[in-house]
Amino acid sequence: MDAFVSSYVWPAVIMIGQSLLLLVALLLFIAYILLADRKIWAAVQLRRGPNVVGPWGLFQSFADLLKFVFKEPVIPATANKAIFLLAPLVSVTLALATWAVIPLNENWVIANINVGILYVFAISSLEVYGIIMGGWASNSKYPFLGALRSAAQMVSYEVSIGFVIVTVLLTVGSLNLTDIVNAQRDGLGTMIGLPGSFLDWNWLALFPMFVIFFISALAETNRPPFDLPEAESELVAGFMVEYGSTPYMMFMLGEYAAICLMCALTTILFLGGWLPPVDVWFLNWVPGIVWFALKACLVFFMFAMVKAFVPRYRYDQLMRLGWKVFLPLSLAMVIIVAFVLKLTGWGA
Amino acid sequence: MGLQALFFYMFAFVAVASAFMVIAARNPVYSVLFLIVTFFNAAGLFLLTGAEFLAMILLVVYVGAVAVLFLFVVMMLDIDFTALRSGIIEHAPVGALVGLVLAAELIIVVGGSTLSPEIASNAAHPIPPIAERTNTAALGDVLYTDYVYFFQIAGLVLLVAMIGAIVLTLRHREGIKRQDISAQVARTPATAVEVVKVKPGQGL
Repeated sequence: MDAFVSSYVWPAVIMIGQSLLLLVALLLFIAYILLADRKIWAAVQLRRGPNVVGPWGLFQSFADLLKFVFKEPVIPATANKAIFLLAPLVSVTLALATWAVIPLNENWVIANINVGILYVFAISSLEVYGIIMGGWASNSKYPFLGALRSAAQMVSYEVSIGFVIVTVLLTVGSLNLTDIVNAQRDGLGTMIGLPGSFLDWNWLALFPMFVIFFISALAETNRPPFDLPEAESELVAGFMVEYGSTPYMMFMLGEYAAICLMCALTTILFLGGWLPPVDVWFLNWVPGIVWFALKACLVFFMFAMVKAFVPRYRYDQLMRLGWKVFLPLSLAMVIIVAFVLKLTGWGA
Repeated sequence: MGLQALFFYMFAFVAVASAFMVIAARNPVYSVLFLIVTFFNAAGLFLLTGAEFLAMILLVVYVGAVAVLFLFVVMMLDIDFTALRSGIIEHAPVGALVGLVLAAELIIVVGGSTLSPEIASNAAHPIPPIAERTNTAALGDVLYTDYVYFFQIAGLVLLVAMIGAIVLTLRHREGIKRQDISAQVARTPATAVEVVKVKPGQGL
Protein backbone atom coordinates (compact mmCIF):
# COMPACT_ATOMS: atom_id res chain seq x y z
CA MET A 1 0.00 0.00 0.00
CA ASP A 2 2.82 2.37 0.91
CA ALA A 3 4.49 1.62 -2.40
CA PHE A 4 1.25 2.40 -4.21
CA VAL A 5 0.87 5.71 -2.39
CA SER A 6 4.46 6.75 -2.95
CA SER A 7 4.61 5.73 -6.59
CA TYR A 8 1.16 6.77 -7.81
CA VAL A 9 -0.80 8.93 -5.37
CA TRP A 10 1.87 11.46 -4.43
CA PRO A 11 3.06 12.12 -7.98
CA ALA A 12 -0.55 12.53 -9.07
CA VAL A 13 -1.29 14.94 -6.21
CA ILE A 14 1.85 16.96 -6.93
CA MET A 15 1.09 17.10 -10.63
CA ILE A 16 -2.50 18.21 -10.06
CA GLY A 17 -1.28 20.84 -7.60
CA GLN A 18 1.27 22.16 -10.12
CA SER A 19 -1.32 22.20 -12.87
CA LEU A 20 -3.79 24.14 -10.73
CA LEU A 21 -1.10 26.63 -9.75
CA LEU A 22 -0.12 27.17 -13.37
CA LEU A 23 -3.78 27.44 -14.38
CA VAL A 24 -4.55 30.10 -11.78
CA ALA A 25 -1.40 32.06 -12.61
CA LEU A 26 -2.16 31.81 -16.31
CA LEU A 27 -5.78 32.95 -15.92
CA LEU A 28 -4.67 35.94 -13.83
CA PHE A 29 -2.03 36.75 -16.43
CA ILE A 30 -4.64 36.51 -19.20
CA ALA A 31 -6.99 38.82 -17.29
CA TYR A 32 -4.30 41.50 -17.22
CA ILE A 33 -3.08 40.79 -20.75
CA LEU A 34 -6.64 41.45 -21.93
CA LEU A 35 -6.71 44.72 -20.02
CA ALA A 36 -3.28 45.64 -21.39
CA ASP A 37 -4.47 44.90 -24.91
CA ARG A 38 -7.38 47.29 -24.52
CA LYS A 39 -5.29 49.93 -22.76
CA ILE A 40 -2.55 49.89 -25.41
CA TRP A 41 -5.09 50.05 -28.19
CA ALA A 42 -6.79 52.97 -26.45
CA ALA A 43 -3.50 54.79 -25.89
CA VAL A 44 -2.59 54.56 -29.57
CA GLN A 45 -5.98 56.05 -30.44
CA LEU A 46 -5.61 58.77 -27.74
CA ARG A 47 -8.41 57.29 -25.64
CA ARG A 48 -8.33 56.28 -22.00
CA GLY A 49 -9.54 52.72 -22.33
CA PRO A 50 -11.27 50.93 -19.45
CA ASN A 51 -10.77 53.13 -16.38
CA VAL A 52 -13.89 52.79 -14.23
CA VAL A 53 -13.71 49.44 -12.43
CA GLY A 54 -11.01 49.62 -9.76
CA PRO A 55 -7.99 51.94 -9.79
CA TRP A 56 -6.99 52.67 -13.43
CA GLY A 57 -9.56 50.09 -14.49
CA LEU A 58 -7.45 47.27 -13.06
CA PHE A 59 -10.46 45.09 -12.22
CA GLN A 60 -12.14 45.50 -15.61
CA SER A 61 -11.47 41.90 -16.70
CA PHE A 62 -13.05 40.51 -13.56
CA ALA A 63 -16.12 42.69 -14.05
CA ASP A 64 -16.35 41.38 -17.61
CA LEU A 65 -16.03 37.84 -16.32
CA LEU A 66 -18.96 38.33 -13.94
CA LYS A 67 -21.00 39.93 -16.69
CA PHE A 68 -20.46 37.01 -19.06
CA VAL A 69 -21.11 34.37 -16.44
CA PHE A 70 -24.39 35.91 -15.24
CA LYS A 71 -25.80 36.48 -18.70
CA GLU A 72 -28.33 34.04 -20.06
CA PRO A 73 -26.78 31.65 -22.60
CA VAL A 74 -28.83 31.69 -25.79
CA ILE A 75 -28.61 28.68 -28.09
CA PRO A 76 -30.16 29.18 -31.52
CA ALA A 77 -33.13 26.90 -32.17
CA THR A 78 -31.65 25.33 -35.32
CA ALA A 79 -28.14 24.97 -33.89
CA ASN A 80 -26.63 21.57 -33.24
CA LYS A 81 -26.66 21.87 -29.44
CA ALA A 82 -24.04 19.29 -28.51
CA ILE A 83 -21.38 20.56 -30.92
CA PHE A 84 -22.40 24.18 -30.35
CA LEU A 85 -21.50 23.84 -26.68
CA LEU A 86 -18.55 21.52 -27.28
CA ALA A 87 -16.77 23.99 -29.59
CA PRO A 88 -15.82 26.64 -26.98
CA LEU A 89 -14.82 23.88 -24.57
CA VAL A 90 -12.52 22.36 -27.19
CA SER A 91 -10.90 25.67 -27.99
CA VAL A 92 -10.24 26.63 -24.37
CA THR A 93 -9.09 23.14 -23.32
CA LEU A 94 -6.62 22.84 -26.18
CA ALA A 95 -5.27 26.33 -25.63
CA LEU A 96 -4.66 25.59 -21.94
CA ALA A 97 -3.39 22.02 -22.51
CA THR A 98 -0.38 23.26 -24.43
CA TRP A 99 0.93 25.06 -21.36
CA ALA A 100 1.77 21.70 -19.74
CA VAL A 101 5.10 21.55 -21.59
CA ILE A 102 6.09 25.24 -21.52
CA PRO A 103 9.12 25.70 -19.24
CA LEU A 104 8.80 28.99 -17.32
CA ASN A 105 12.21 28.64 -15.72
CA GLU A 106 14.97 26.04 -15.44
CA ASN A 107 13.03 22.88 -14.40
CA TRP A 108 9.78 24.82 -13.89
CA VAL A 109 7.72 22.68 -16.20
CA ILE A 110 4.88 20.26 -15.54
CA ALA A 111 5.81 17.74 -18.25
CA ASN A 112 9.39 17.92 -19.50
CA ILE A 113 8.89 15.69 -22.52
CA ASN A 114 11.39 14.88 -25.27
CA VAL A 115 9.17 16.10 -28.07
CA GLY A 116 7.91 19.23 -26.32
CA ILE A 117 7.96 21.48 -29.36
CA LEU A 118 6.14 18.87 -31.45
CA TYR A 119 3.50 18.58 -28.74
CA VAL A 120 2.97 22.34 -28.81
CA PHE A 121 2.78 22.28 -32.60
CA ALA A 122 0.36 19.32 -32.60
CA ILE A 123 -2.01 20.78 -30.04
CA SER A 124 -1.98 24.25 -31.56
CA SER A 125 -2.81 22.71 -34.95
CA LEU A 126 -5.93 21.28 -33.30
CA GLU A 127 -7.17 24.67 -32.16
CA VAL A 128 -8.82 25.15 -35.54
CA TYR A 129 -11.43 22.56 -34.53
CA GLY A 130 -13.03 24.79 -31.92
CA ILE A 131 -13.59 27.38 -34.62
CA ILE A 132 -14.83 25.01 -37.33
CA MET A 133 -17.17 23.22 -34.94
CA GLY A 134 -18.54 26.49 -33.60
CA GLY A 135 -19.09 27.89 -37.08
CA TRP A 136 -20.77 24.76 -38.38
CA ALA A 137 -22.92 24.07 -35.32
CA SER A 138 -24.34 27.61 -35.31
CA ASN A 139 -26.16 26.68 -38.52
CA SER A 140 -26.00 30.19 -39.86
CA LYS A 141 -24.26 31.79 -42.81
CA TYR A 142 -21.81 34.26 -41.27
CA PRO A 143 -20.42 31.86 -38.68
CA PHE A 144 -19.95 29.20 -41.32
CA LEU A 145 -18.10 31.55 -43.67
CA GLY A 146 -15.94 32.72 -40.78
CA ALA A 147 -15.16 29.14 -39.80
CA LEU A 148 -14.14 28.20 -43.34
CA ARG A 149 -11.90 31.23 -43.65
CA SER A 150 -10.32 30.53 -40.35
CA ALA A 151 -9.68 26.87 -41.12
CA ALA A 152 -7.93 27.73 -44.38
CA GLN A 153 -5.96 30.50 -42.71
CA MET A 154 -4.75 28.45 -39.76
CA VAL A 155 -3.80 25.45 -41.89
CA SER A 156 -1.84 27.72 -44.27
CA TYR A 157 0.18 29.51 -41.63
CA GLU A 158 0.92 26.32 -39.73
CA VAL A 159 3.09 25.31 -42.65
CA SER A 160 5.43 28.27 -42.31
CA ILE A 161 5.40 28.00 -38.50
CA GLY A 162 6.45 24.38 -38.93
CA PHE A 163 9.41 25.34 -41.10
CA VAL A 164 10.46 28.08 -38.69
CA ILE A 165 10.43 25.55 -35.88
CA VAL A 166 12.51 23.17 -38.03
CA THR A 167 15.25 25.79 -38.48
CA VAL A 168 15.38 26.38 -34.74
CA LEU A 169 15.56 22.63 -34.17
CA LEU A 170 18.42 22.36 -36.67
CA THR A 171 20.48 24.89 -34.74
CA VAL A 172 19.60 23.39 -31.35
CA GLY A 173 19.52 19.68 -32.14
CA SER A 174 16.76 18.85 -29.68
CA LEU A 175 12.96 18.89 -29.54
CA ASN A 176 12.92 19.55 -25.81
CA LEU A 177 11.92 23.11 -24.93
CA THR A 178 14.30 23.33 -21.98
CA ASP A 179 17.19 22.25 -24.21
CA ILE A 180 16.16 24.86 -26.77
CA VAL A 181 16.47 27.62 -24.18
CA ASN A 182 19.74 26.31 -22.74
CA ALA A 183 21.25 26.03 -26.22
CA GLN A 184 20.87 29.81 -26.50
CA ARG A 185 23.41 30.37 -23.71
CA ASP A 186 26.06 30.58 -26.37
CA GLY A 187 25.65 31.69 -29.94
CA LEU A 188 26.73 34.50 -32.23
CA GLY A 189 27.86 36.76 -29.35
CA THR A 190 30.09 34.22 -27.63
CA MET A 191 31.43 33.15 -31.02
CA ILE A 192 33.07 36.57 -31.49
CA GLY A 193 34.38 36.56 -27.94
CA LEU A 194 31.74 38.53 -26.02
CA PRO A 195 30.40 37.21 -22.71
CA GLY A 196 26.93 35.61 -22.80
CA SER A 197 24.34 38.19 -23.71
CA PHE A 198 21.14 38.75 -25.68
CA LEU A 199 23.22 38.57 -28.87
CA ASP A 200 23.47 34.81 -28.39
CA TRP A 201 19.77 34.21 -28.66
CA ASN A 202 18.23 32.81 -31.81
CA TRP A 203 16.52 36.05 -32.83
CA LEU A 204 19.76 37.45 -34.19
CA ALA A 205 21.13 34.35 -35.87
CA LEU A 206 17.76 33.49 -37.39
CA PHE A 207 16.39 37.00 -37.80
CA PRO A 208 14.28 36.36 -40.95
CA MET A 209 12.70 33.36 -39.26
CA PHE A 210 11.97 35.47 -36.18
CA VAL A 211 10.02 37.93 -38.33
CA ILE A 212 8.19 35.15 -40.19
CA PHE A 213 7.34 33.42 -36.94
CA PHE A 214 5.97 36.59 -35.40
CA ILE A 215 3.74 37.35 -38.39
CA SER A 216 2.62 33.74 -38.71
CA ALA A 217 1.82 33.72 -35.00
CA LEU A 218 -0.47 36.71 -35.57
CA ALA A 219 -2.23 34.81 -38.35
CA GLU A 220 -2.37 31.57 -36.40
CA THR A 221 -4.09 33.21 -33.43
CA ASN A 222 -6.44 35.24 -35.65
CA ARG A 223 -5.08 38.52 -34.35
CA PRO A 224 -5.41 41.73 -36.33
CA PRO A 225 -4.36 42.42 -39.08
CA PHE A 226 -5.27 38.81 -39.88
CA ASP A 227 -8.52 38.60 -37.92
CA LEU A 228 -10.53 37.71 -41.02
CA PRO A 229 -12.53 34.94 -39.33
CA GLU A 230 -14.22 37.63 -37.29
CA ALA A 231 -13.94 40.58 -39.65
CA GLU A 232 -16.82 42.63 -38.37
CA SER A 233 -17.20 44.71 -41.50
CA GLU A 234 -17.95 41.62 -43.62
CA LEU A 235 -18.93 38.79 -41.32
CA VAL A 236 -20.45 40.60 -38.28
CA ALA A 237 -18.38 38.59 -35.79
CA GLY A 238 -17.43 35.52 -37.82
CA PHE A 239 -17.74 32.19 -36.09
CA MET A 240 -18.79 33.82 -32.83
CA VAL A 241 -21.93 35.51 -34.16
CA GLU A 242 -24.35 33.16 -32.42
CA TYR A 243 -22.41 32.91 -29.20
CA GLY A 244 -23.10 34.83 -26.03
CA SER A 245 -22.46 34.74 -22.27
CA THR A 246 -20.22 31.92 -20.96
CA PRO A 247 -19.58 30.07 -24.26
CA TYR A 248 -18.48 33.34 -25.85
CA MET A 249 -16.24 34.04 -22.88
CA MET A 250 -14.64 30.63 -23.31
CA PHE A 251 -13.86 31.40 -26.94
CA MET A 252 -12.27 34.67 -25.82
CA LEU A 253 -10.33 32.88 -23.11
CA GLY A 254 -9.13 30.25 -25.57
CA GLU A 255 -8.05 32.93 -28.01
CA TYR A 256 -6.07 34.87 -25.41
CA ALA A 257 -4.57 31.68 -23.97
CA ALA A 258 -3.38 30.86 -27.49
CA ILE A 259 -1.97 34.39 -27.86
CA CYS A 260 -0.10 34.09 -24.56
CA LEU A 261 1.16 30.71 -25.70
CA MET A 262 2.50 32.19 -28.92
CA CYS A 263 4.23 34.94 -26.89
CA ALA A 264 5.76 32.30 -24.63
CA LEU A 265 6.81 30.22 -27.62
CA THR A 266 8.46 33.19 -29.31
CA THR A 267 10.28 33.83 -26.03
CA ILE A 268 11.50 30.25 -25.84
CA LEU A 269 12.44 29.80 -29.47
CA PHE A 270 14.00 33.18 -30.20
CA LEU A 271 14.41 35.31 -27.09
CA GLY A 272 16.31 32.96 -24.82
CA GLY A 273 13.46 31.98 -22.45
CA TRP A 274 14.45 32.68 -18.85
CA LEU A 275 18.05 33.69 -19.59
CA PRO A 276 19.01 37.20 -18.45
CA PRO A 277 19.83 39.66 -21.25
CA VAL A 278 23.42 40.10 -20.09
CA ASP A 279 25.44 37.61 -18.06
CA VAL A 280 26.30 39.82 -15.03
CA TRP A 281 25.76 38.93 -11.39
CA PHE A 282 22.89 41.25 -10.48
CA LEU A 283 20.89 40.26 -13.58
CA ASN A 284 21.60 36.58 -12.91
CA TRP A 285 20.28 37.14 -9.40
CA VAL A 286 16.84 38.05 -10.75
CA PRO A 287 14.73 34.87 -10.92
CA GLY A 288 14.36 33.42 -14.42
CA ILE A 289 10.58 33.54 -14.30
CA VAL A 290 10.78 37.36 -14.17
CA TRP A 291 12.84 37.46 -17.36
CA PHE A 292 10.49 35.00 -18.99
CA ALA A 293 7.42 37.05 -18.09
CA LEU A 294 9.09 40.30 -19.18
CA LYS A 295 10.04 38.88 -22.56
CA ALA A 296 6.59 37.37 -23.09
CA CYS A 297 5.05 40.75 -22.21
CA LEU A 298 7.37 42.48 -24.67
CA VAL A 299 6.21 40.13 -27.44
CA PHE A 300 2.61 40.73 -26.43
CA PHE A 301 3.23 44.48 -26.56
CA MET A 302 4.28 44.01 -30.18
CA PHE A 303 1.11 41.97 -30.81
CA ALA A 304 -0.97 44.78 -29.33
CA MET A 305 0.82 47.52 -31.26
CA VAL A 306 0.35 45.64 -34.54
CA LYS A 307 -3.35 45.41 -33.74
CA ALA A 308 -3.45 49.12 -33.10
CA PHE A 309 -1.80 50.33 -36.26
CA VAL A 310 -2.01 47.86 -39.10
CA PRO A 311 -5.22 47.77 -41.16
CA ARG A 312 -6.87 44.43 -41.83
CA TYR A 313 -5.60 42.31 -44.73
CA ARG A 314 -7.75 41.32 -47.66
CA TYR A 315 -8.39 37.59 -47.69
CA ASP A 316 -6.66 36.75 -50.98
CA GLN A 317 -3.64 38.79 -49.94
CA LEU A 318 -3.50 36.87 -46.70
CA MET A 319 -3.39 33.59 -48.58
CA ARG A 320 -0.80 34.98 -50.99
CA LEU A 321 1.41 36.06 -48.10
CA GLY A 322 1.19 32.63 -46.51
CA TRP A 323 1.71 30.42 -49.55
CA LYS A 324 3.69 32.54 -51.98
CA VAL A 325 5.93 34.55 -49.66
CA PHE A 326 6.39 32.81 -46.32
CA LEU A 327 6.40 29.22 -47.54
CA PRO A 328 9.22 29.64 -50.13
CA LEU A 329 11.17 31.93 -47.79
CA SER A 330 11.02 29.58 -44.83
CA LEU A 331 11.76 26.56 -47.02
CA ALA A 332 14.82 28.32 -48.45
CA MET A 333 15.95 29.23 -44.93
CA VAL A 334 15.65 25.61 -43.80
CA ILE A 335 17.97 24.56 -46.62
CA ILE A 336 20.39 27.45 -46.05
CA VAL A 337 20.57 26.85 -42.31
CA ALA A 338 21.06 23.12 -42.81
CA PHE A 339 23.91 23.72 -45.27
CA VAL A 340 25.59 26.33 -43.08
CA LEU A 341 25.43 24.05 -40.05
CA LYS A 342 26.74 21.08 -42.00
CA LEU A 343 29.58 22.93 -43.75
CA THR A 344 30.78 24.92 -40.74
CA GLY A 345 30.18 22.20 -38.19
CA TRP A 346 28.41 24.63 -35.82
CA GLY A 347 25.45 22.32 -35.38
CA ALA A 348 25.36 19.77 -32.59
CA MET B 1 2.69 -1.29 -14.74
CA GLY B 2 -0.92 -1.42 -13.58
CA LEU B 3 -1.40 2.21 -14.48
CA GLN B 4 -0.07 1.60 -17.96
CA ALA B 5 -2.51 -1.27 -18.49
CA LEU B 6 -5.32 0.96 -17.27
CA PHE B 7 -4.41 3.66 -19.77
CA PHE B 8 -3.98 1.08 -22.51
CA TYR B 9 -7.48 -0.28 -22.01
CA MET B 10 -8.90 3.22 -21.78
CA PHE B 11 -7.28 4.38 -25.04
CA ALA B 12 -8.02 1.10 -26.80
CA PHE B 13 -11.66 1.02 -25.71
CA VAL B 14 -12.32 4.63 -26.72
CA ALA B 15 -10.48 4.11 -30.03
CA VAL B 16 -12.51 1.02 -30.95
CA ALA B 17 -15.78 2.50 -29.75
CA SER B 18 -15.32 5.75 -31.68
CA ALA B 19 -14.10 3.84 -34.75
CA PHE B 20 -17.38 1.98 -34.60
CA MET B 21 -19.26 5.27 -34.26
CA VAL B 22 -17.50 6.57 -37.39
CA ILE B 23 -19.52 4.11 -39.47
CA ALA B 24 -22.58 4.06 -37.23
CA ALA B 25 -23.19 7.80 -36.89
CA ARG B 26 -26.03 9.14 -39.03
CA ASN B 27 -24.58 12.62 -39.46
CA PRO B 28 -21.35 12.63 -41.55
CA VAL B 29 -19.94 15.52 -39.51
CA TYR B 30 -20.28 13.36 -36.39
CA SER B 31 -18.47 10.61 -38.28
CA VAL B 32 -15.49 12.87 -38.92
CA LEU B 33 -15.47 14.08 -35.32
CA PHE B 34 -15.47 10.48 -34.10
CA LEU B 35 -12.64 9.77 -36.55
CA ILE B 36 -10.70 12.56 -34.86
CA VAL B 37 -11.33 10.96 -31.46
CA THR B 38 -10.04 7.67 -32.89
CA PHE B 39 -6.86 9.33 -34.14
CA PHE B 40 -6.37 10.95 -30.77
CA ASN B 41 -6.60 7.64 -28.94
CA ALA B 42 -4.31 5.96 -31.46
CA ALA B 43 -1.79 8.70 -30.64
CA GLY B 44 -2.27 7.82 -26.97
CA LEU B 45 -1.50 4.17 -27.73
CA PHE B 46 1.67 5.22 -29.57
CA LEU B 47 2.71 7.22 -26.50
CA LEU B 48 2.21 4.16 -24.28
CA THR B 49 4.57 2.10 -26.44
CA GLY B 50 7.20 4.86 -26.12
CA ALA B 51 6.87 6.08 -29.71
CA GLU B 52 6.34 9.71 -28.76
CA PHE B 53 7.50 11.05 -32.13
CA LEU B 54 4.98 8.94 -34.06
CA ALA B 55 2.23 9.99 -31.66
CA MET B 56 2.89 13.69 -32.25
CA ILE B 57 3.24 13.26 -36.00
CA LEU B 58 -0.08 11.40 -36.04
CA LEU B 59 -1.66 14.40 -34.33
CA VAL B 60 0.01 16.98 -36.56
CA VAL B 61 -0.61 15.24 -39.88
CA TYR B 62 -3.85 13.34 -39.47
CA VAL B 63 -5.74 15.36 -36.89
CA GLY B 64 -4.26 18.76 -37.65
CA ALA B 65 -4.38 18.62 -41.45
CA VAL B 66 -6.09 15.59 -43.02
CA ALA B 67 -9.13 15.53 -40.75
CA VAL B 68 -9.55 19.30 -41.14
CA LEU B 69 -9.85 18.77 -44.90
CA PHE B 70 -12.29 15.89 -44.35
CA LEU B 71 -14.41 18.09 -42.13
CA PHE B 72 -14.20 20.89 -44.66
CA VAL B 73 -15.41 18.68 -47.50
CA VAL B 74 -18.15 17.00 -45.48
CA MET B 75 -19.48 20.34 -44.29
CA MET B 76 -19.40 21.89 -47.76
CA LEU B 77 -20.88 18.99 -49.71
CA ASP B 78 -24.61 18.74 -49.86
CA ILE B 79 -25.01 14.98 -50.05
CA ASP B 80 -28.28 13.17 -49.51
CA PHE B 81 -27.09 10.52 -47.10
CA THR B 82 -30.37 8.65 -46.94
CA ALA B 83 -30.02 8.00 -50.69
CA LEU B 84 -26.44 6.84 -50.14
CA ARG B 85 -27.54 4.55 -47.35
CA SER B 86 -30.21 2.85 -49.43
CA GLY B 87 -27.56 0.88 -51.33
CA ILE B 88 -25.91 -0.43 -48.18
CA ILE B 89 -27.19 -4.00 -48.60
CA GLU B 90 -26.01 -4.38 -52.21
CA HIS B 91 -22.54 -3.05 -51.36
CA ALA B 92 -22.17 -5.10 -48.18
CA PRO B 93 -20.43 -8.09 -49.85
CA VAL B 94 -17.73 -5.84 -51.36
CA GLY B 95 -17.11 -4.20 -47.98
CA ALA B 96 -17.00 -7.61 -46.30
CA LEU B 97 -14.44 -8.81 -48.85
CA VAL B 98 -12.17 -5.81 -48.26
CA GLY B 99 -12.50 -6.30 -44.51
CA LEU B 100 -11.67 -9.99 -44.86
CA VAL B 101 -8.52 -9.28 -46.88
CA LEU B 102 -7.35 -6.70 -44.34
CA ALA B 103 -8.03 -9.05 -41.44
CA ALA B 104 -6.16 -11.88 -43.19
CA GLU B 105 -3.15 -9.62 -43.79
CA LEU B 106 -3.13 -8.50 -40.16
CA ILE B 107 -3.29 -12.12 -39.00
CA ILE B 108 -0.40 -13.07 -41.30
CA VAL B 109 1.74 -10.20 -40.03
CA VAL B 110 1.05 -10.81 -36.34
CA GLY B 111 1.01 -14.59 -36.66
CA GLY B 112 4.23 -14.64 -38.64
CA SER B 113 6.15 -12.76 -35.96
CA THR B 114 4.88 -14.99 -33.16
CA LEU B 115 5.26 -18.30 -35.02
CA SER B 116 8.80 -17.69 -36.22
CA PRO B 117 10.51 -14.99 -34.17
CA GLU B 118 13.62 -15.10 -36.36
CA ILE B 119 11.71 -13.40 -39.21
CA ALA B 120 10.85 -10.50 -36.97
CA SER B 121 14.41 -10.19 -35.74
CA ASN B 122 15.68 -10.17 -39.32
CA ALA B 123 13.28 -7.46 -40.39
CA ALA B 124 13.80 -5.23 -37.39
CA HIS B 125 16.34 -2.45 -37.66
CA PRO B 126 18.66 -2.69 -34.66
CA ILE B 127 17.17 -0.29 -32.16
CA PRO B 128 19.59 1.40 -29.75
CA PRO B 129 18.46 1.51 -26.11
CA ILE B 130 16.14 4.40 -25.27
CA ALA B 131 18.58 5.86 -22.76
CA GLU B 132 21.18 6.40 -25.49
CA ARG B 133 19.03 7.68 -28.30
CA THR B 134 15.56 9.20 -28.43
CA ASN B 135 13.28 7.64 -31.00
CA THR B 136 13.13 10.96 -32.87
CA ALA B 137 16.86 10.73 -33.55
CA ALA B 138 16.64 7.01 -34.34
CA LEU B 139 13.86 7.61 -36.87
CA GLY B 140 15.87 10.44 -38.38
CA ASP B 141 18.83 8.11 -38.83
CA VAL B 142 16.73 5.50 -40.58
CA LEU B 143 14.83 7.94 -42.82
CA TYR B 144 17.44 10.50 -43.73
CA THR B 145 20.70 8.54 -43.52
CA ASP B 146 20.15 4.84 -44.14
CA TYR B 147 17.29 5.09 -46.62
CA VAL B 148 17.76 8.62 -47.90
CA TYR B 149 17.33 7.67 -51.59
CA PHE B 150 14.04 5.90 -50.96
CA PHE B 151 12.92 8.90 -48.99
CA GLN B 152 13.83 11.22 -51.86
CA ILE B 153 12.00 9.01 -54.36
CA ALA B 154 8.90 8.98 -52.18
CA GLY B 155 9.11 12.76 -52.01
CA LEU B 156 9.38 13.00 -55.80
CA VAL B 157 6.35 10.76 -56.26
CA LEU B 158 4.36 13.03 -53.98
CA LEU B 159 5.63 16.08 -55.84
CA VAL B 160 4.50 14.61 -59.16
CA ALA B 161 1.09 13.82 -57.69
CA MET B 162 0.79 17.37 -56.38
CA ILE B 163 1.78 18.94 -59.69
CA GLY B 164 -0.67 16.63 -61.45
CA ALA B 165 -3.52 17.70 -59.20
CA ILE B 166 -2.70 21.37 -59.78
CA VAL B 167 -2.43 20.95 -63.55
CA LEU B 168 -5.75 19.10 -63.69
CA THR B 169 -7.65 21.75 -61.75
CA LEU B 170 -5.93 24.95 -62.87
CA ARG B 171 -8.06 27.06 -65.22
CA HIS B 172 -6.94 30.44 -66.45
CA ARG B 173 -10.18 32.23 -67.18
CA GLU B 174 -10.13 35.18 -69.54
CA GLY B 175 -11.20 38.62 -68.47
CA ILE B 176 -10.27 38.36 -64.81
CA LYS B 177 -8.28 41.16 -63.23
CA ARG B 178 -5.33 39.83 -61.34
CA GLN B 179 -3.37 41.69 -58.75
CA ASP B 180 0.32 42.15 -59.48
CA ILE B 181 1.81 43.21 -56.18
CA SER B 182 5.31 43.91 -57.46
CA ALA B 183 3.90 46.15 -60.22
CA GLN B 184 1.82 48.01 -57.65
CA VAL B 185 4.76 48.50 -55.35
CA ALA B 186 7.00 49.60 -58.22
CA ARG B 187 4.64 52.38 -59.26
CA THR B 188 5.84 55.93 -58.61
CA PRO B 189 3.96 59.22 -59.00
CA ALA B 190 5.84 59.69 -62.27
CA THR B 191 4.45 56.48 -63.79
CA ALA B 192 1.02 56.60 -62.18
CA VAL B 193 -0.12 60.22 -62.37
CA GLU B 194 -0.37 62.43 -65.42
CA VAL B 195 -0.76 66.15 -64.84
CA VAL B 196 -2.94 67.74 -67.50
CA LYS B 197 -3.38 71.47 -67.94
CA VAL B 198 -7.05 72.08 -68.67
CA LYS B 199 -7.97 75.28 -70.45
CA PRO B 200 -11.04 77.01 -69.01
CA GLY B 201 -14.23 76.40 -70.96
CA GLN B 202 -12.81 73.60 -73.11
CA GLY B 203 -12.65 70.58 -70.87
CA LEU B 204 -10.65 67.53 -71.84
